[in-house]
Amino acid sequence: MSHGFGSPVVDVACRLLVPFMWLFAGYVLVHGHESPGGGFQAGVILAASFILIRLVRGGDTPEILTTEGALTLACLGPLLYGGIGMTAMLFGGNFLDYGALPLPLETVEVRVVGTLGIEVGVTVGVTGVLLLIYDTLADWGSREETDR
Amino acid sequence: MIGRLAVVLMIPALLVLVRAAVELPPVGDASAAPFAHVAPYYIERGHAETGASNLVTAVLADYRGYDTFGELTVIFTAGVACLLILRSWDDLGMNRPHPGDEDPR
Repeated sequence: MSHGFGSPVVDVACRLLVPFMWLFAGYVLVHGHESPGGGFQAGVILAASFILIRLVRGGDTPEILTTEGALTLACLGPLLYGGIGMTAMLFGGNFLDYGALPLPLETVEVRVVGTLGIEVGVTVGVTGVLLLIYDTLADWGSREETDR
Repeated sequence: MIGRLAVVLMIPALLVLVRAAVELPPVGDASAAPFAHVAPYYIERGHAETGASNLVTAVLADYRGYDTFGELTVIFTAGVACLLILRSWDDLGMNRPHPGDEDPR
């Protein structure tokens, strides 16, 4: 992970691609209500963009999403999901019964917001876990190299 | 010997499975047992109740939200297991002195 494939061509291509990957991830996440897609797919696309940055730039990554950050994200996702479920329980519904969430909207709209909330949780969790797996595997390889 | 026994046991099992497969309802049969319970309810009320025009989302994220929560937990467990297996305690900032270790770093 310490050194990537640092060529200017690859670097520029990466810089061009990554914003569109983020845009597409957001589209897949938000549009999951209407079309195939949703939290898991959006999380995978986001994680792919960060892994692309790591592949291209190696250890020279900006301080977005270090391994610790990935671990935090991986923990935050299920926490957000379960938190929404528990919030619904606090306000008198069943676990994950989004209709009980206290929002000034109609019940159907509240359910849409709740679904979007858990999808965001899934996205965050999947992004964090995939980055975490990539980082631990990549770091493990580099350490084997230095040990030899 | 074991291999022959396995083959001999496999043949009756295969017969049972084939016999059961003959009884399966045809693909797309709306009156089949799996489609008679909650599926009509989801199709009729899914959009009105959850606001999702994609029924897959309505089922996955709303009616069966607990199941999706389980899926996310499985993925989370996989990530944490990778971390615990591939990283040493030193990397994790949990430098526990091992029993019998005279000089903990």
